[in-house]
Amino acid sequence: MQCRILSCIAFSILNICDKGDSVNNVLFELRGITKLFGNVVANKNIDFSVREGEIHALLGENGSGKTTLMNILSGIYTPDSGTIIINGEEVTIKSPEDAIKLGIGMIHQHFKLVDVFSAKENIIMGQAGSSRRNQKELTKELEELSNRFGLNINLDKKIYQMSVSEKQTVEIMKVLFRKSKILILDEPTAVLTPQEIDKLFEILRELRADGCAIVLITHKLNEVMEISDRVTILRKGESVATVETKKTNPKELTELMVGHSVDLSIDRPVVKDKTKDVLKVENLTIYDEEGVKVIDGMSFTVDGGEILGVAGVAGSGQKELCEAIAGLHPVADGTIEFKGRNIVGLNPNEIINLGVSMSFIPEDRLGMGLVANMDMVDNVILKDYRRQKGLLLSRKPARKMALKMVEDLDIVTQGVQYPIRLLSGGNVQKVLLGREINSSPQLLITAYPVRGLDINSSYVIYDMLNEQKKKGVAVLYIGEDLNVLLELCDRIMVICGGRIMGMVDPKDVTIEDLGLMMTGHTYSQILAERGTGQ
Amino acid sequence: MIIASYIYIAVRVSIPVLLGITGAIFNEKAGNTNLGIEGMMYMGAFAGFYTAVATNSVILALIAACLFGAFGALIYAFATVTLRTNQVVAGLSLTIFGQGIARFLGNTLSGAKGESVRIPDAVTQKVNWKILGLKDIPFLGRALFGYDMIIYLSIVLVVIAYFYINKSKTGLNLRAVGENPAAADAAGINVSLYKYVHICIGGAFCGLAGAYIGVVYLTTWGNNMIAGKGWIAVALVIFASWNPLKAIYSSLLFGFTSLIALRFQDSPISPYLLEMLPYLLTVIILIITSVKMKKENQQPASCGVNYFREER
Amino acid sequence: MRLPFHIVKRPYMKTYQQVIVRLLAVLTAFAVTSILMIILKKNPGRVLMALLYEPVKNGYFLVQTIKLAVVLLIISLGIGLAFKMKFWNIGAEGQIILGGIGASYLGLFHNDWPIYILLPVMLVASFVTGGLYGLIPAYFKARYNTNETLFTLMLNYIALSILLFLQYGPWKGENAMRPEFDNFKKNALLPSLASSKPWSDLHIGWIISLLLVVIVYIYMNHTKSGYEISVVGESVNTARYAGMNVRWITMRTMMLSAGICGIAGFVQVSGNLKKLSVNVAGGLGFTAIIIAWLSKLNPVVMIVASFLFSVMSKGAGFLEYQNISPAASEMIQGIILFCVLGAEFFVNYKIVRTHREVAQK
Repeated sequence: MQCRILSCIAFSILNICDKGDSVNNVLFELRGITKLFGNVVANKNIDFSVREGEIHALLGENGSGKTTLMNILSGIYTPDSGTIIINGEEVTIKSPEDAIKLGIGMIHQHFKLVDVFSAKENIIMGQAGSSRRNQKELTKELEELSNRFGLNINLDKKIYQMSVSEKQTVEIMKVLFRKSKILILDEPTAVLTPQEIDKLFEILRELRADGCAIVLITHKLNEVMEISDRVTILRKGESVATVETKKTNPKELTELMVGHSVDLSIDRPVVKDKTKDVLKVENLTIYDEEGVKVIDGMSFTVDGGEILGVAGVAGSGQKELCEAIAGLHPVADGTIEFKGRNIVGLNPNEIINLGVSMSFIPEDRLGMGLVANMDMVDNVILKDYRRQKGLLLSRKPARKMALKMVEDLDIVTQGVQYPIRLLSGGNVQKVLLGREINSSPQLLITAYPVRGLDINSSYVIYDMLNEQKKKGVAVLYIGEDLNVLLELCDRIMVICGGRIMGMVDPKDVTIEDLGLMMTGHTYSQILAERGTGQ
Repeated sequence: MIIASYIYIAVRVSIPVLLGITGAIFNEKAGNTNLGIEGMMYMGAFAGFYTAVATNSVILALIAACLFGAFGALIYAFATVTLRTNQVVAGLSLTIFGQGIARFLGNTLSGAKGESVRIPDAVTQKVNWKILGLKDIPFLGRALFGYDMIIYLSIVLVVIAYFYINKSKTGLNLRAVGENPAAADAAGINVSLYKYVHICIGGAFCGLAGAYIGVVYLTTWGNNMIAGKGWIAVALVIFASWNPLKAIYSSLLFGFTSLIALRFQDSPISPYLLEMLPYLLTVIILIITSVKMKKENQQPASCGVNYFREER
Repeated sequence: MRLPFHIVKRPYMKTYQQVIVRLLAVLTAFAVTSILMIILKKNPGRVLMALLYEPVKNGYFLVQTIKLAVVLLIISLGIGLAFKMKFWNIGAEGQIILGGIGASYLGLFHNDWPIYILLPVMLVASFVTGGLYGLIPAYFKARYNTNETLFTLMLNYIALSILLFLQYGPWKGENAMRPEFDNFKKNALLPSLASSKPWSDLHIGWIISLLLVVIVYIYMNHTKSGYEISVVGESVNTARYAGMNVRWITMRTMMLSAGICGIAGFVQVSGNLKKLSVNVAGGLGFTAIIIAWLSKLNPVVMIVASFLFSVMSKGAGFLEYQNISPAASEMIQGIILFCVLGAEFFVNYKIVRTHREVAQK
């Protein structure tokens, strides 16, 4: 009831909805969508429909085809077959331009923003010169919009100076400004703290009340349960089921998503004889290329036989920390001791030879650590080709090792001589981690090793890390998913703006605590608040 | 008076470079590094030259030069935007092709005997139409008002290009395409269309530059007319930090260095060593700009990378 | 309205298919050329005959063609090394000139040395002068990421100025009337294996070029340094991550690349031209870029491509008999390049029909 009143008000203000009383109308429908990438079937004969005033979760593992399906709706991809129906009429969407005209707005997981433009320029770009609005009116309209939804944004700030959540706000403004009726959000919470997620959901609820059809792409069950009205589950490119959120539960959803029942807990084996302080970082300070301080006086240790997790909002200094330890980034101040020896100033090659291994999975997955156009053999050889004697390069040992890795890790490939860009994400990451582990390191630094992987592959990776831990290797794990950090790691170091906010035992903290620390509250502050609260 | 005539010479040398830089800026703002500037200048030089000889019309010559330059750009655009081929190699191909076709067709002008072809006097007179009497003002008269009309036209075009790229709505969309085509695409901008149009506009500017060299500056057909001015333009884009207004003084700097080589032939230093000055200067500028780069004045981020929407 | 087709990325294309696609592209280029010739009222058959057949018609012409192919091959090998690293070295012209100058210094002023000492020293000198000239842009690329395309290009013009300065100044020859370099004495010239015409004119440059093919092939594919070049070319970040010294690799590779171009300069002055001259590079550096690219940087394929382009360049001379400007050859090279470039599209992408009907399960 409240919903309906709100939407009537919204109608008068925003004029984006037809009628407040038609909450249950189907706004858009996809029929029989099929999309192939080469030989890979990304979407297979999918039917999907969303009603007005509904938040519809699109749930599925990484690689199940959620993003592909929505990219088809927003005009990025052309489907190989199938039809799209909006407001009862069949439409053809050949480009994002068509989609925008039909009132479809998508917020992509990797923001589509121009870095050197201001927020305002990003919002207005691409708006064909239908009305020659002057700057004042435009600014006024944008300000009204941000006030109404309680968005806090500086319209003249450049994107490259913004934090991740600010960038997302710009993306939201973009779709609001275009008065989109169909909103698609692709994994919007991946980069946000729990507190920021709450705020985002507030906005979504308000838009739902306005009668918008909202699609939330996610693989997180708690979010589905919290905010959606209905949920459609995709598995391996096929639609498995559409259910009402009220009538389901996380366990059932997981089974639909994975295809079989899974034990969602991650092992945390106990290692008795730890080696003390394999890595000892003291007072580390690092500046980036533009002279901004990105690591500010960090001190911590990692023992052999433990996994130290690092939690933080993206861009809090994770990359620079990894690179500094691996000798890839200059250190302004402080020491990094590996087994008692200061390795600051050594070159990457010397550090590798000491037994330090670093694997960093960047957002595009292939950026660092692997060469996409080379075959598996040439990728396996990358780290130890230098140990061969003489000028010539022998690929025989590497070929042997590659074949062994294919067998041991169940890597799906047509052969070790095929370029690894042809492998799926999970297999690529297995190659990378497998190679690192094969070099029997004593310190393993791994950043986002499960990025973009499905649940089964993720668990293979967790197992691999635990194996190393049991062997006495010191593991520094930089993660995104706070739930995983809480279950997998022996200790968690939370960082914000290049400082350590707290070094905590996962058993003592909640996910909200981590979120608060990630946004700049120290652990002692949280403990103090908890004390007064009780 | 001597200073005034030095300025006069320097400005005339720098105009084709200025137009070339502006043409290259259009390309790069659309996200394409085009190494075919030199080739398009050759094409423009031929078309302008041929039309001037055939029709005695300055305007037709300029239009023909722009069109032929744009035609060269169109081939390049098709190769890089539609067929998504490597921009470096496509640009080089354009230069080789443009040079070849201009020389090939240009040599058919002169016929079998190989006598040199000149621009008709009638055309030269039309081009050198002067604002009445102003050039006779002492000292700066010649330096400010003594030029042929194409120079003024060029400067007006360059200023228009500045406002178009930096102040207009279409310009905003263009810059979005060059910086982040995926973002531009998602915002509903037709990336391919923007690339095609602006690469071709860039080609027209280069064609005009070639016509200036052929019809106004040299007035005799020669196989080596452009002599690397297109390449210098590509290099000076960096010095102009992708801004047509700054291109004006970048090109003037080139003009004055060339002047040294032209004017000081009696100096103890060999004229052949002086000839390398403009190129040496360009190299030094390249180094300086690469040592200190500001975030704001950089090459559009997507330059050199072709956009494919369905990239996964 | 729905487009009847759309474009998708092709995961993999077999080698023989790639070869066929590129051959078709070259044929297309000849077809386009023919059409152009018809428009210009020239006989396309005779043009293509002149371009492709005349240069190999008899031994005398063939020797000239091979001599040019040898130089083109050496330059392509040099350029290929840099291109493998995605270092766009378009300064081969300058490096050839410098190599030629380096070799000529010995050839002009130390021609009293015995031939078996003089020639090897000239070869080394050309390698070193060419290589050092290439090292300049490589240093700035490695240190400051200075744009190497434009840098190497400007160095071409600077090299030409140096050459002209020498020609009109300190190295001016004995002929007082014309500013020219002197002809080399016999012991500064590359000898021939044959003793009778026409093959006696074919100097041993071809052996140098084939040796270089073998060396470069092994270097690129079977040495650690060659492997490093490929990794740097594919991803600088990955190379750094694997502990490679990217700056050193950049400079080393470029030194080699430019050095080999320098050797081409030596073969030019000591074999083909028999003296230093303004034409020592004469656009060969650019033609070699095309050859390197068309051969996909494969040294063995470069042999074939160099020969083809040599035939066409020599053929340009025969065009003049038909009243066609030799520049036509340059234009046709441009057309071939565009066609082969365009063919890349069909190697990397394919066009797929869009089905309207719902897919069957």
